Amino acid sequence: MIETAHTLDAKGLACPMPIVRTRKAIQGLSPGDVLEVLATDKGSTADIKAWATSSGHAYLGTEIEGNVLHHFLKKDSALIEVKEEIPVMDLESFVRKVEEDRSLTIVDVREEQEYQEEHIPDALHIPLSEIESRMHELNKSEDIYLICQTGRRSGIAGIQLAENGFKNLYNVVPGMTEWTKQTKKGN
Amino acid sequence: MAVRIMKPVEVARYSIDKKPLFILDVRNEDAFTDWKIEGESIEYLNIPYFDLLDGVDKIKGELPADRDILVVCAKEGSSQMIAEMLSDEGMDVAYLEGGMKAWSEYLEPVKLGTLKSGGELYQFVRLGKGCLSYMVIDAGKAAVIDATRMTDVFLDFAKEKGATIEHVFDTHLHADHISGGRVIAEVTGATYYLPSQDAEEVVFDYHKLADGLRVTVGKTSVEAVFSPGHTSGSTSFVVDKAYLLTGDILFIDSIGRPDLAGMADDWVGDLRTTLYSRYEQLSEDLIVLPAHFMEMKEVNADGSVAKQLSTLFSENHGLQVEDENEFRVLVTENLPPQPNAYQEIRKTNMGVLTPDAETQREMEIGPNRCAVR
Repeated sequence: MIETAHTLDAKGLACPMPIVRTRKAIQGLSPGDVLEVLATDKGSTADIKAWATSSGHAYLGTEIEGNVLHHFLKKDSALIEVKEEIPVMDLESFVRKVEEDRSLTIVDVREEQEYQEEHIPDALHIPLSEIESRMHELNKSEDIYLICQTGRRSGIAGIQLAENGFKNLYNVVPGMTEWTKQTKKGN
Repeated sequence: MAVRIMKPVEVARYSIDKKPLFILDVRNEDAFTDWKIEGESIEYLNIPYFDLLDGVDKIKGELPADRDILVVCAKEGSSQMIAEMLSDEGMDVAYLEGGMKAWSEYLEPVKLGTLKSGGELYQFVRLGKGCLSYMVIDAGKAAVIDATRMTDVFLDFAKEKGATIEHVFDTHLHADHISGGRVIAEVTGATYYLPSQDAEEVVFDYHKLADGLRVTVGKTSVEAVFSPGHTSGSTSFVVDKAYLLTGDILFIDSIGRPDLAGMADDWVGDLRTTLYSRYEQLSEDLIVLPAHFMEMKEVNADGSVAKQLSTLFSENHGLQVEDENEFRVLVTENLPPQPNAYQEIRKTNMGVLTPDAETQREMEIGPNRCAVR
C-alpha cells in the first residue's frame, strides 16, 4: 500500500464527522506526512478539499474503490496548489507504446518489495514516498510514464511531479495488476 | 438555550410569505454558490462548518438579534453541530431538518383554482429545485402531470382528496430531475403518457402522446398540444380550456433551452414555431403553468407560479425576439451550464438506468438550469 503516515477510517460516518476526525488525526502528524482518509460519505470529497485549502494542508487527491473514497492529504503544505490530475493512458495503449519504443521512460512508484517481485524491464524504480527527494533523477523534457499497481499511487506521484514543473506525464491505468507482458524480477 | 428544529414546510413559509430570515449556511463555498434556499427577505452568511470547529465566537457578532436564524447544511449533521455550539453560547437558533437534501425534496401544494365542473387544479411547487408538478382532481378522479420522484406526496394527496389517479403525463423526457410518472402509474394502474419522440430508448410500456389527444378527468378536459423545441416531443396540455401547461417550453420570465439532448441547433426551429406560431393560435386568456421557475420573484403571493398567456406575450423576454437569427443566437449561445448528471437523469427516466434512492438524490443535487434568459 501507499506510503502514508496514518490511515483514518471514517467509513460509515456522516458529515461533519469525517472532517472532525480528519482534523484530529492530522494534528498528530508531522509536516509533510501524508494522511489517508477512508470515507463513504460522498459529500466528504468537496469538504475535505475545501477544508484542506482553508487550513493549510494539501489535498493530493481522492481515489474511489467501490463505495469507499480514499482521500489523501499532506500536512502543512499550504503552498502546494491543488492541481488537475495528469493525463491517463490506458494500459492497452501503453503496451503498444512499450512494444514500439524500448527506450521509454517508465517510472514504477510502488514499494521495494512489489518492484522486486516483478516489474517491466527497464522501468526505473522510485517509490511514491521518495518522488519528491529523487525527482531530480528524471528529465523534465522527456515523456514520463508513471505506473503502480492500480494507477492510484502513480496518479499522486504525477500530481507531485506536475507541481514541480514536469509537463509530459502519463498515468498508466490500470497498472501492474493487469500487465501481462514480459516482466523482470529483482533489480 | 435549546436548539430548535425547523422543517422544510416551515422554511417554505419564510420563502413564500417573504418573512425575514437569516440563514447561516455552513456548507462549503462552492455548494453555497451553486444553490441555496431562496427568498426575497432572506439574508445569508456562508461559513463552512469546518472553519467553526474551534468555536463560533468569530461569527457571533454577525448574527442578527432581530430576525429568526436558521443554520443549514447539506444533510443536517453539520448544521445541528453548529446550531448546538451557538446555542451553548446563549443564542436562539434553529437548524434545518434533513438539510438541503430535504429542502430539495420538499413540495408545497398550492391550489390554483376551481374548475368549471367543480373540480380542482393543484400545483406542487418544489421550492428547492424550481420544479412544478400538477394534479387535476374532478369527481373522484385525478390526473398528474410532470410528477417528481417524491411519488408519495402525489399518492397521499390524491388519497386525501378521495381521488383515484387515472392518468399520468410527462410533458417531455426530463433531463434535470427524475420523473415520478412511471412509479405513480405502476402503483395506481393509471395510464402513463409520454411523447414517443422523446422516448426512443424507453424500456417500459407507455401510452404515446399525440397532438389533439384528449382525456377527461371526471368532467374536466385535458388536451394535448404538440409543442416541440425543448425536446423533439415536448407536449403542452390545455386543462379545462383555461390553463396551459407548457412544460419546459415557456416559463414565466424565460423560455426553454433546446440543447439538453445535444440538439440545440436542430431544435431551434421547432422552438421558434411553438412559441411564435403555435401558442399564438391559442386563447390569450389561458393561464400559463410551466414545469419550472427560476427565481422566487416568479412566485406569486399565494405561492403559485402562473401568469396569463397575454401577459407573457408582452413581457417574457424570450417572446420579444422578432428576428429569427437573433432568436437562434439567444437559444444556442451563452447557454447556462447543463444540469448536474443530466445524461444519467435522462437514462433513468427512460428506464435504462435504475439507480437506488440515494443515488437518485445525488443526481438531482443543485439548481435547475433548463431555461435561457
